[in-house]
Amino acid sequence: MSAVVPVVRIQAEDFDVAAEIARLTRGRNDIGAVVTFSGLCRDEQGRLSALELEHYPGMAEAEISRIAGEAIERWPLQGLTVIHRHGKIAPGENIVLVVAASAHRQAAFEAANFLMDYLKSRAPFWKKEHHSDGSEGGWVDAKDADDKAAGRWKQPPSK
Amino acid sequence: MSTKLIYFAWVRERIGRPEEEVELPAGIETVADLLRWLKSRGEEYENALQYPDVIRVAINQEHVEHREKIAGAREIALFPPMTGG
Repeated sequence: MSAVVPVVRIQAEDFDVAAEIARLTRGRNDIGAVVTFSGLCRDEQGRLSALELEHYPGMAEAEISRIAGEAIERWPLQGLTVIHRHGKIAPGENIVLVVAASAHRQAAFEAANFLMDYLKSRAPFWKKEHHSDGSEGGWVDAKDADDKAAGRWKQPPSK
Repeated sequence: MSTKLIYFAWVRERIGRPEEEVELPAGIETVADLLRWLKSRGEEYENALQYPDVIRVAINQEHVEHREKIAGAREIALFPPMTGG
């Protein structure tokens, strides 16, 4: 099996989920499962007008590529795409996309889940809230639950 | 040799600049030493680094622990826990 090279993009622009799936599957007959996860900006019951995502250019790409490389070593994937946006993002807009392709569904589900858990706690991005009423927003606090979610992948995978 | 320090999110806002070049004094060997020294540089640093345990650090764009040695670091970044995804 030839090594899968993940597609990792950090960009301000939006992405097209269907186009990203097609990019992985076009012209192939060996992929049996594609799992996509899209993360969107919420308005928190109307409280937020936008999220602003700051990132560490260079390290963001490097760290996500490291995490993607780990996923490829761990699961039999045939394709993997991770896109993370930065800048000001309005409620309803996309923030992040993971597409994992494999012969069977389990590897694709697990790899996408693993990617998101690790992105949350290791990819150098920070969210700042912008309030709808114009008042000064603050930085979003990291959640312990996200660290715990990443920690569960440290257990060896069940055979 | 000077070292480039880069700050993000509320660490950047509290220190009041996105990055700077510093000459590290002798005796600053680990990340923990660096945080302690920076904290003594003024009110804005004291404010940003009040709870050093929560500060995450990357050397040359890779995550490191506070006990990591900083010899040879070209670029050291200080930031709060990440909230991407």
